[in-house]
Amino acid sequence: MAASVEVAGLEHAYDTQPVVRGLSFSLAAGGIGCLLGPSGCGKTTVLRCLAGFEPLRAGTIAFSGRVVSSPGRSVPPESRGVGMVFQDYALFPHLDVTRNVAFGLERRTAADRDARVRRMLGLVGLADVGRAYPHELSGGQQQRVALARALAPEPELLLLDEPFSNLDVDLRERLSVEVRAILKETGITAILVTHDQHEAFAIADEVGIMNEGVIDQWASPYDVYHRPRSRFVADFVGQGVFVRGVADSSGRLVTELGELEGEWPPGVAAGDAVDVLLRPDDIVHDDSSPWRAVVRSKTFRGAEFLYTLALASGTRVLAVVPSHHDHAIGESIGIRLEIDHVVAFHAVADPSA
Amino acid sequence: MGGFDFDVIERSVGYLFREGMTFTLTLTGMAALGGIVFGTLLAMMRLSSFRVLAIVATGYVNLMRSIPLLLVIFWFYFLVPYIGAWMTGSSQPIQVGAFASSVITFTMFEAAYYSEIMRAGIQSIPRGQVSAGYALGLDYWQTMGRIVLPQAFRNMIPILLTQTIILFQDTSLVYVLSITDFLGAASKIAQRDGRLVEMYLFAALVYFVISFSLSVVVKRLQQKIAIVR
Repeated sequence: MAASVEVAGLEHAYDTQPVVRGLSFSLAAGGIGCLLGPSGCGKTTVLRCLAGFEPLRAGTIAFSGRVVSSPGRSVPPESRGVGMVFQDYALFPHLDVTRNVAFGLERRTAADRDARVRRMLGLVGLADVGRAYPHELSGGQQQRVALARALAPEPELLLLDEPFSNLDVDLRERLSVEVRAILKETGITAILVTHDQHEAFAIADEVGIMNEGVIDQWASPYDVYHRPRSRFVADFVGQGVFVRGVADSSGRLVTELGELEGEWPPGVAAGDAVDVLLRPDDIVHDDSSPWRAVVRSKTFRGAEFLYTLALASGTRVLAVVPSHHDHAIGESIGIRLEIDHVVAFHAVADPSA
Repeated sequence: MGGFDFDVIERSVGYLFREGMTFTLTLTGMAALGGIVFGTLLAMMRLSSFRVLAIVATGYVNLMRSIPLLLVIFWFYFLVPYIGAWMTGSSQPIQVGAFASSVITFTMFEAAYYSEIMRAGIQSIPRGQVSAGYALGLDYWQTMGRIVLPQAFRNMIPILLTQTIILFQDTSLVYVLSITDFLGAASKIAQRDGRLVEMYLFAALVYFVISFSLSVVVKRLQQKIAIVR
């Protein structure tokens, strides 16, 4: 049975140093949630609170409506029905793979246990390494053993702490897709933390962007990217540059690259300055466009170029352009905006800050 | 070697090993076993989050490590009967045999040293291993007993054995209680036959051969069980 997770007003401090400051989110049973944030934002602490390793200073954590953590009261980790995959896997080096996976299956009969271990190893595609010791396996295999071990006791919730950070980039992307498939197959609720947005987007149904101990935004990967709710989220997720504009009386946002239809950010009145987010994929190369920009630098990425362009005002923006449009540095090219959701924030004094 | 008579060794070697070495090895074995068990508990207490347990264990270890072993042996042999009598309310000092007394003394003394070794061993196990145990539904004792201690013990076997070699040599101090351990037995023969030099030379040689061969074994072991991660 997969559990739903409700976290309300969670606060935690190491000694007097507050790490988590009133964090809330909820995740439906069977969902995959991800806390994404820069290192030191408190995301691993939240995971440890969910697992029951850390006491709460305020707030509650509930699984399927049953409160498991509140200040001064905490269900111990071993009684929570929570599985965990650790950043360094924490496989037991003195036991072989089979015994590692069987570790949480104490109370079952031997036959049941063997069947379960075989099923789990089959699920993660490691049916034939049961006799091997952890140090004999590759990083990716160890990671899958850790997943099998955590899933074996049929927990209601699986927690994954930076599960792919010890793997090389190729493997990371492949495994995150695989892990998502495995989690969806078992139907378990899962929460992972990571600082890698590609990983978060590949695996999660919902992503929470964490900043200094709170969640700035909890939404689908698509919304987090295209409809960021705060400047921090906009900055942290994806690449992008803010371009200064003005909210005009007709209800539009006027920038040096043209007028944009879009909602005004809260607190903005006609005539106020706004900062509009331009992602590299919002800017389209178009020779017939009246707006021109000068190529300042470019990065070849195979299928496309990532151009850094200087606008007339000197503001630099990024643009992804198919790689057959090969322009020299210093060349002036035509661009236009193609934005589905305009993201703008009330301007701050220095748009680069 | 005109004035020496090494025949005395040949004549007494049966007695020396049957009586003396048997006692020495029994005492070493029992004290090592007891010391490691008790020492491991002390180490767990010192690393416990319960402050009182940690303070008690630390105090005990520091006390034992700051008193000469000889004094602890004396103290135990002469004082424990009275403490026992006081505790049981008896008017007579309770009888603690020399053997029991020396086993208890060495166990308690060595526990302080073994506990430091086991503490280092436990601390060498990454925290994640403990968390992983809890996350798999194990409680504290299961996590310690099945994950942490087996690894800590395995990693520390060479150092535990080295400490046991020292214990093996230290057991000769029981001669102050007139116990016939190996050195005590050699000493008795030496006094009886007036062959002090020969007997003490022989005793030293035996201690050397046993201790040195064991430390060679330890060195081999060290290479063999180098921690695999």
